Amino acid sequence: MKKQIVEELNGMPGTHPLSSLLREDRMPHIWCPGCDIGTVFSSCLTAIHESKIDYNNFAMVSGIGCTGRAAGYIKLDSFHTTHGRAIPFATGLKIAKPKMKIIVFSGDGDLFTIGGNHFIHAARRNIDLTVICVNNFTYGMTGGQVASTTPFNSKTSTTPQGNFEKPFNLPYMAAAAGAVYVSRWTTLDVRRLTSSIVEAFNKKGFSFIEVISSCPTSFGRKNKLGSPLDIIQHFHKISVIKNGIHPKDANLDIDKEIVVGKFVDMEAPTFFDLLEKIYPPETEKGA
Amino acid sequence: MKYWRKPLDYEDIKIPRGKVSIIEDRCKGCSFCVEYCPRDVLEMSEHFNKKGYHTPYVRKPEDCVNCNFCEVICPEFAIYVEKMGE
Amino acid sequence: MEGTEHFIMGDVACAEAAIASGCRFFAGYPITPATEIAERMAKRLPQVGGVYIQMEDELASMAAVLGASWGGLKSMTATSGPGFSLMMENIGLGIVMEVPCVVVNVQRAGPSTGLPTLCAQGDMMQARWGSHGHYEIIALSASSPQELFDVTIKAFNLSEKYRLPVLIMTDEVVGHMTEKVIIPPSNRIEIYPRRITKLPPEEYLPYLPDEDMVAPMVGIGEGYHIHSTGLTHDKKGYPVISAPVQKDMIDRLVYKIRNNVDDIVEYREIETADAEIIIVAYGISVRPAQKALELAREKGIKCGMLRLTTIWPFAEKKIMELASQVKGFVVPEINYGQISLEVERCSAGHAKTILVSHAGGAIFNPNEILEAVEKL
Repeated sequence: MKKQIVEELNGMPGTHPLSSLLREDRMPHIWCPGCDIGTVFSSCLTAIHESKIDYNNFAMVSGIGCTGRAAGYIKLDSFHTTHGRAIPFATGLKIAKPKMKIIVFSGDGDLFTIGGNHFIHAARRNIDLTVICVNNFTYGMTGGQVASTTPFNSKTSTTPQGNFEKPFNLPYMAAAAGAVYVSRWTTLDVRRLTSSIVEAFNKKGFSFIEVISSCPTSFGRKNKLGSPLDIIQHFHKISVIKNGIHPKDANLDIDKEIVVGKFVDMEAPTFFDLLEKIYPPETEKGA
Repeated sequence: MKYWRKPLDYEDIKIPRGKVSIIEDRCKGCSFCVEYCPRDVLEMSEHFNKKGYHTPYVRKPEDCVNCNFCEVICPEFAIYVEKMGE
Repeated sequence: MEGTEHFIMGDVACAEAAIASGCRFFAGYPITPATEIAERMAKRLPQVGGVYIQMEDELASMAAVLGASWGGLKSMTATSGPGFSLMMENIGLGIVMEVPCVVVNVQRAGPSTGLPTLCAQGDMMQARWGSHGHYEIIALSASSPQELFDVTIKAFNLSEKYRLPVLIMTDEVVGHMTEKVIIPPSNRIEIYPRRITKLPPEEYLPYLPDEDMVAPMVGIGEGYHIHSTGLTHDKKGYPVISAPVQKDMIDRLVYKIRNNVDDIVEYREIETADAEIIIVAYGISVRPAQKALELAREKGIKCGMLRLTTIWPFAEKKIMELASQVKGFVVPEINYGQISLEVERCSAGHAKTILVSHAGGAIFNPNEILEAVEKL
């Protein structure tokens, strides 16, 4: 059993198991050292692989911001749209391609601050999209400004003496708007996140997954949260899994407690179910 | 591995073996993999990659049990593990 | 022109033309005076296997149109001034991603809320430069329900041929006016099919153009794994932050239109052969100008008219050509000088340009135009 060849493998770039889903010609990617958007993105690619659904059946749409760059790294049909408009773009794409799995992969600023109106309407319509929101509490790309998800009293470059506004509770908002699948994980719950994404892929209707992630460069530094490692350790330490609780109780306090888990997983007629019921596809009549 | 007492099926359990590979130039030295490897197989090295980041190195390859947590936690797609039998 | 005769509203004619052109997706938002287009599409699209969706705002409408067009459906939206302003950023996205689609602007009196139920032609420069950055656009215009029908078909064809959003600039009167519209049989309507690549995925580059500088498209979900972004991108569609790549991209976006101006620009000349004065008109202003032309001819004034159905790119060559032949141009438009500036620019001093302006909320009295003609 001891016969083992220890090869000096560090130097030789082999093929990463996700290379078939990754635009390797664009690696290394843009995200900062220790920023865990990459981990969430990797988890999403793993979920695509584990879902056993034909890769060609997936498309990714993302908006503007650090996380928005994800569409540029996935080796599938992907679209990098304007700030906040990933969801309506994805709605149009989904209507044109009902059988495809459309993933909206974007950040908290893009999806909820500027794009909030589109988010709640897509959830209300229960259109079949999987929305993955990497929530790092700030606008990272532009250097760490306050967002609708920035914790109260947190420092950002536009709230130098502390954020005086209260952030959204994203799962509560998604559930209230009509999402049929809502879950939240921290990036360290990688395997739970991956299986949650697979569940979302197979879910009929609007599914939303929030991933609590660090922005060590801007938000982390301005609020003295320590190194990237400290942040994800801290988030994990204070996170507690409470599956099935009412999303309004999904507390998110980056100092004391982060409630994670799957909060909503119910069945409801989707946009297409109702469209076909009330507007049954008729045979094509001449113009 | 320290056990409180020897598990009854100690002999039958086959411990998987994994081979860790590092795509060095993608690594940005965040050390998540080193921190979260359950068997402390990895360690940050003094070596610099092309971009000037310290990369991990496989300190105890024989201890890797192919749990591939380093692979899934890595934000840079810079490390992966292949099964090597038991 | 043989076909079936209909007595329908301009907005409705526009919707019918879209369906005749193969449009199967409409994302809209209600706004006077364009709502009737959305209403017609909502009624008709399900009958032809299409989908109408009313989005939460015009930002979403434009985004959805781009998404559906990428998904392979000919797509359209219709709005008026306020919505048009909201659509600008995503029209820009459609330009850079090169997405074929049609955006109709049934103009109303602005600025701001203005006179929602009354007409104007004040968004003409917004149609040209509304989005940010330097780009070329195609904008057509219509002066009657029949012309709106014809122009909508042309808009879809141009959008597919040159792979960009094409705007239709009409106005409240044309939109709400009911007139005879002849709809040709579907086999007589020329439809430009989407230009799909013949290359296999491994050889295909999303933005590698054909010789007319337009790049063939692909179907989504067929293994091409294309990436399309609003960022400046190279032939692979990958974002590249560099001046040379920017130049390549902008050159192509601009010259794919400028090099094909003769194919795109369309106008009708009425009695311009011997004309000393030419009225340059578009949209609803064509109707009173037609009357003014007749009155002038009765008074022995050699007057003609140039009816623009393509606004952008502007009919520069034609104006330059006519400028050496005529004393002057009279440009009646329901704004305080937009297209008249173009006419002035292109006549380059060879002929005078007189703007007949109007603040909006009504159309011209032919005599107002006649006065300007007589002054020349």
